[in-house]
Amino acid sequence: MTNSFSEFAKAKMFFVIGSNMTEAHPVAATFVKNAVMKGAELIVADPRRHALVDHASLYVPIKVGSDIAFINSLMHVLITEDLYDKKFTNSCCVGFDELKAKVMEYPPERGAEIAGISVDLLKETARRLASVKPAMLCYTLGITEHSCGKNNVMSVANLQMLLGNMGVECGGVNPLRGQNNVQGACDMGALPNVFPGYQKVVDPASRAKFEKAWGVKKLPDKNGLMIPHMMEGLVDGSVKAFYIFGENLANTEPDIRHVEHCLESAEFLVCQDIFPNETTRFAHVIFPSAAWCEDDGTFTNSERRVNRVRKIVEPPGQAKPNWWIMKQIAKRFGHDWKSDSAKEIWDDEVSVLAPSLSGIKYYRIENDGLQWPCPNTEHGGTCFLHQDGQFSCGLGQFMPVDWTPPREVPDAEYPMVLSTGRRLYHYHTRTQTGRSGGLNDLLGEETADISPIDAESIGVNHNEKIRVISRRGSVEVKANVTPRVPKGMVWMAFHFREGNANWLTNPVYDPETLTAEYKACSVRIEKIFKKKGRIPFSF
Amino acid sequence: MPELEINNRVVSFKKGQTILEVAEKNGINIPTLCYLAGAAPTGRCRICLVQVEGSDRLLTACDTPAGEGMKILTDSPTVRNARKTNIEMLIASGAHNCLIMDQSSKNWTENQSKIMGQPWHNIMCPSYGDCRLQDLAIEYGVRADDLELNYEGHPLDDATPMIVRDFSRCIGCGRCIQACNEIQVNRAIPEPYGPRKDHSQGWYPLVDYDYCTHCGQCVQVCPTGALFEKKAFGKAAANEIKKVRTTCPYCGVGCQLWLHVKDNKIIRVSGVENAEPNHGRLCVKGRFGYDFIHSGERLTSPLIREKDGFREASWDEALDLVANRFKDIIKKHGPDAVAGVSCARSINEDSYQMQKLFRSVFGTNNIDHCART
Repeated sequence: MTNSFSEFAKAKMFFVIGSNMTEAHPVAATFVKNAVMKGAELIVADPRRHALVDHASLYVPIKVGSDIAFINSLMHVLITEDLYDKKFTNSCCVGFDELKAKVMEYPPERGAEIAGISVDLLKETARRLASVKPAMLCYTLGITEHSCGKNNVMSVANLQMLLGNMGVECGGVNPLRGQNNVQGACDMGALPNVFPGYQKVVDPASRAKFEKAWGVKKLPDKNGLMIPHMMEGLVDGSVKAFYIFGENLANTEPDIRHVEHCLESAEFLVCQDIFPNETTRFAHVIFPSAAWCEDDGTFTNSERRVNRVRKIVEPPGQAKPNWWIMKQIAKRFGHDWKSDSAKEIWDDEVSVLAPSLSGIKYYRIENDGLQWPCPNTEHGGTCFLHQDGQFSCGLGQFMPVDWTPPREVPDAEYPMVLSTGRRLYHYHTRTQTGRSGGLNDLLGEETADISPIDAESIGVNHNEKIRVISRRGSVEVKANVTPRVPKGMVWMAFHFREGNANWLTNPVYDPETLTAEYKACSVRIEKIFKKKGRIPFSF
Repeated sequence: MPELEINNRVVSFKKGQTILEVAEKNGINIPTLCYLAGAAPTGRCRICLVQVEGSDRLLTACDTPAGEGMKILTDSPTVRNARKTNIEMLIASGAHNCLIMDQSSKNWTENQSKIMGQPWHNIMCPSYGDCRLQDLAIEYGVRADDLELNYEGHPLDDATPMIVRDFSRCIGCGRCIQACNEIQVNRAIPEPYGPRKDHSQGWYPLVDYDYCTHCGQCVQVCPTGALFEKKAFGKAAANEIKKVRTTCPYCGVGCQLWLHVKDNKIIRVSGVENAEPNHGRLCVKGRFGYDFIHSGERLTSPLIREKDGFREASWDEALDLVANRFKDIIKKHGPDAVAGVSCARSINEDSYQMQKLFRSVFGTNNIDHCART
């Protein structure tokens, strides 16, 4: 997030796109709702009429995967009606002419048609966006989990720059991060192309710095593999040994059948986790690790705030802190690592090596955490980025992008769109929430959410089991008939092994980020007849 | 800046501030019960009464605007007596038997056995020792001997998995309503004095479960033992609890939690007030999704595959095996034949350590995590 949660409650305008905030980030949503109660405008663009829409002043029911066309047309209106921030685009941005040329290919009629909304609604959205300044743009995985995910992100950034909403309090581009520490894992360099603090591995100066710090002669100089390529490598034999730390890939990756084939193919698979799960079944060695509350450390939240996590109990049995396990492996390769606690790792290594984290030390985050960039121990942290239009690369770069449809679109055989996400009462594959008393009682099984119209057309009632079928597989799951889902859409989650959406999802990826297209694939739904034999009654 | 007098002390204030806000700002304590920071004051409980010169009645400090030249007394005998009477009325309104327990009374045994015979009353009140009403009763010397407790006929709602709503201890302060409608904005507890089918039993803040998200904010703000958590019931007394601050393990908001710990076990969780980013708020997962760490299904030993199953192994054996296999594979196929996925759930220091292991020890940049999903 370029900005902070503390700005939500005082913001004057929100544009929320592809974010089911009340379920996926419930506490963040409370601050948005508070602002709305105080008079802020809330525009929500989403295929589903989710609970935040109940608080919105304008709801735009765009079709799955239409984001770029929709946003390009919004920008078309802003430019042709002279509603954009000329001062900001002239002084703080480059590439406006190229952007303009591109969005001129998207008159409102085109964007509205692709998004499945009226031209008037599209124009109204653009005008309202321009009417209040600044506006906070929030998005979540509805933007990124597409084969055009990276371009979707560019698109929302273009819009906020054009509106002059960057580098100001209560503005910015704010992706709400999914996991508690996905921001931190990125910051720490658990990525194939960067060291801690986003220092590039292909940069010789960065490598020299880390070679010196880690006491090694030569660090690898080319970018490594991202997860989907690692999985392919297991099958084609280019990756022999695979080390999975705290991820239940067998349930979370698209197309479970294929994922399990990849895991089976590993010559040597190590899993390090707190529970046995669907992925550990494939392991050759399993390391038992310390869980939350069993080790001191830090998490970094979406707003870049480094918060303390504290230990209250020893790990059970032989389980050990994760950093300890990795240190022992390093030792067996002849590397004697000095740091012997999370605090030593942070204070003596991480904050020394990552310039944006230099000022964050454990003694400074005993209470509230600090937000990076925090370059020195006198610095109070940074609530919002790009202040006064200062972008990390100097000027803000407009990136004109073209709309591309999802890789699989509805056809006669599979006429509906399946989109997936998370629900309030569980977290991912339930390794944690499924073992916390009461949560299974609040939500005990997967459902397929469908519209009343589609339910009627195949003749099923609310809570009746249906079959959902894609080109990858099929699941039997209860129908949750709800007007929050539009006609032609099926919406599912991946919390339960049975009825998991990932038996159906399409393993196609954004070409650069390799993010899978969890938000769009094609399915059909069928009524299940009790008598044996399957009657192909489908919609 | 305008000025006024509190307890004969001249203080300045900003226009628009309430008497309570001015007093707090100047370190003068006015007791409150229904007042909930972040929500509009209601003046419902009448515990924050103060005496203002020229006013023919006592005023509630939480919703009375400060005025130029006001002369306010916050702790006069008149004020204290009025507060005491109000506390007595609140105690008499329900099954607040904790004080009777400490005192002699002619009906002691009868009252106790009647109350303890009711569901969820077989042990001490879940808020004993951590109850705003109890604190005030003690501070104001309220004796329950003279009070006729109205402990029967109140509704009880214990049908949902997480929360018990025992209206025999509800004092009608309205904090749960405000937490639900104004803080969390779930609008599951309708405003008071609205249409209710049956007022004969008095008015109760009942929940509409079509809207409730089971976030438990109502429990956190309840000043008595009326709302409490099922999972924590009977597990620990207030004086056995140690509170430890930490960060929620679920989504990327990073809410700050108090872990209420007894004997190395989490008894319950509450939100840290006045802390970034959540200011005391939590959702259902953050508040109730803690007990997985105590699950009997945890992995507790290194395991090595053997034919169709796994066998337990020592750390040395398992670590040696992994190190040797990785060495072999790297020797035979080069460092890029190994790859790793780090964990976006675990602490920063673990991810740092893992990428350091892959880069500086194994010699590959094949390290990733679920960053983009």
